[in-house]
Amino acid sequence: MTALAVPARGDRRRAMVTPEGIALPIVLASRGARFGALALDLMLIGTLMIATTIALIYIASGLFDANLDKVDRSPALQFVLIVWIAAMFLFRNAYFLFFELGARGATPGKRVTGMRIAARDGGRLSAEMVIARNLLRDIELFLPLVFLLSSDDSGAAGLAATAWFLIFALFPLFNRDRLRAGDLIAGTWVVETPRRRLEAAMSLGASAQGTSAASGASYRFGAAELAVYGEHELQTLERVLRDDRAEAIAAVHEAICRKIGWNPGSGDERAFLEAFYTQLRARLESGLRMGRRKANKFAPGG
Amino acid sequence: MALFGFFGGKVAAQDAAIEAAALRSDRFRQAREGDWQRLEAIVRRIEAGRFRKVSDDDLLALPVLYRTVASSLSVARETSLDAATLRYLEALVQRAWFIVYGPRVSLGRWLLRFLGGGWGRAVRELRLEIGIVLALMVAGTAIGWLLCAHDAEWYNALIPEGLADQRVSGASRAVLRGTLFGHTKEAGMSAFSAMLFYNNAQVAILAFALGFAFGVPTLLLVIQNLATMGALLWLYHGQGLTLDLAGWLMVHGTTELYAILLAGAAGLHIGRAIAFPGERSVLAAAAAAGQRASLVMTGAVLMLVVAALLEGFARQLLDTTPSRLIVGSFMLVMWTAYFTLFRRKAAAAEGAA
Repeated sequence: MTALAVPARGDRRRAMVTPEGIALPIVLASRGARFGALALDLMLIGTLMIATTIALIYIASGLFDANLDKVDRSPALQFVLIVWIAAMFLFRNAYFLFFELGARGATPGKRVTGMRIAARDGGRLSAEMVIARNLLRDIELFLPLVFLLSSDDSGAAGLAATAWFLIFALFPLFNRDRLRAGDLIAGTWVVETPRRRLEAAMSLGASAQGTSAASGASYRFGAAELAVYGEHELQTLERVLRDDRAEAIAAVHEAICRKIGWNPGSGDERAFLEAFYTQLRARLESGLRMGRRKANKFAPGG
Repeated sequence: MALFGFFGGKVAAQDAAIEAAALRSDRFRQAREGDWQRLEAIVRRIEAGRFRKVSDDDLLALPVLYRTVASSLSVARETSLDAATLRYLEALVQRAWFIVYGPRVSLGRWLLRFLGGGWGRAVRELRLEIGIVLALMVAGTAIGWLLCAHDAEWYNALIPEGLADQRVSGASRAVLRGTLFGHTKEAGMSAFSAMLFYNNAQVAILAFALGFAFGVPTLLLVIQNLATMGALLWLYHGQGLTLDLAGWLMVHGTTELYAILLAGAAGLHIGRAIAFPGERSVLAAAAAAGQRASLVMTGAVLMLVVAALLEGFARQLLDTTPSRLIVGSFMLVMWTAYFTLFRRKAAAAEGAA
């Protein structure tokens, strides 16, 4: 029953309106997951860079005539060097672009950690957005790293520069939506990709109709008995039924019986709860269609 | 739980199941479940990257199915209290939304559209910033020159030692001339130009990214770089080599400085949007400016590739001042014409959004 209250995730929930005007609840990716995704991507980029370098060195070693003085003058070696520089530039700058512009909207690291980028306004994610957020990556990520590693040039200027770049690097820590500077400029944010199975409908079958398959008993509840609960209790009951844990079912069964003044028996709890759930939901939903909602057991009416 | 077994979403069993459902909201669900599951199957295949397994029919049906399921969600929210189904629909609509409203172009296709008019349009939209940065560049050059003319010590302060080489303050005419001409025999410039490009591109990206702080660091960076050029001009002017230096610089400089001009303008554009967002929120203004500026910026990086090639090859091959001036001026005219005269209507509406 405690599964309902998830305050730790609560502050990451946002509502986003699609162009069709439907408000969708979305969950922003956590900073930890994003850091993990970045680390994965950087490792992948590093591996690609090292592999390319080794491959090019291998190719170049075939071109060597052991005369190092002529390295500068050999056109073939020049070409290999150019390929290497171009490859490094592309790995550094085009890796993120290539993957985030794909249909999956996420780099391999993001995919592994189950998130992707989306437009903050709920509209189309455009190529310009992806490019803008990745151009800023340089100043957020690579420059602070370079500065931290080469911080031996002490003095006020070095410290100020380090602090300045750290502001960018730590930018996601200081705003509610966990935007990094690139997200802010591009109008994007990083959200979790939901994954949910369609579960079976609850109101099917004999026991939901009110007749227990096990005992043959028939459960009918009166309006007064159903009026004690609201939508919140209905959803809690739904979760208990879907989880299907014997002790939880027994406890809820007893609580409901006590509340509505029935004598709790035993052995047929599940059928009782399914019947109660279906009839409570029928009652609340017919109220819903008439524009009457009963949020929980404390709310009046219903 | 055996009760639920007979219900599997199969069409044959569905009609009976719809009859069997006790609740109107569950009957609603069962009537539409087939669409939901078809959409989910398509979305799952696309998410897994198995595009080839998605049939043409499914691809065509995707936007329709997305809207169908979105409308199912709207109805279910008003009529159903089945929390699991609602959450499933919300998740499914979101996943389909990612795809239906995802990036529509691949990197290659986008590049074609970009070169075919998108770039020029973005540049034209930054007129004001380009004007400001251009004025600052001229001012920076003038400052460099005037500082050195006032006190030759400034030259050493402005020119980094690595760049100076033989171009020290007080160098003879012959030495200075030697730095400009007579390098045609030198090979080994192609790797050098690739290196130059890498360097310049990172500087340009920095100029753009620094625009974040209201554009001030961008402007300082531009002034500082151009003051260096002003100092260099002053040195060669002292020996009557102004035009020769101009030619030497112009071969690649018109392209390179143009790129720096655009990068600085792009940075300033963002800074301006953050400082003066107008009627929009700061975030919305920054996002709109950032998307426009990133186009210009991508173009600037491409220009730097061209500049590096010119610097690495053309400058060595062309050993006379007139030919260098011609190439440099030609590049200048060509870029300007490309940005101002080459217009297309087709893509205009899409980019503005």
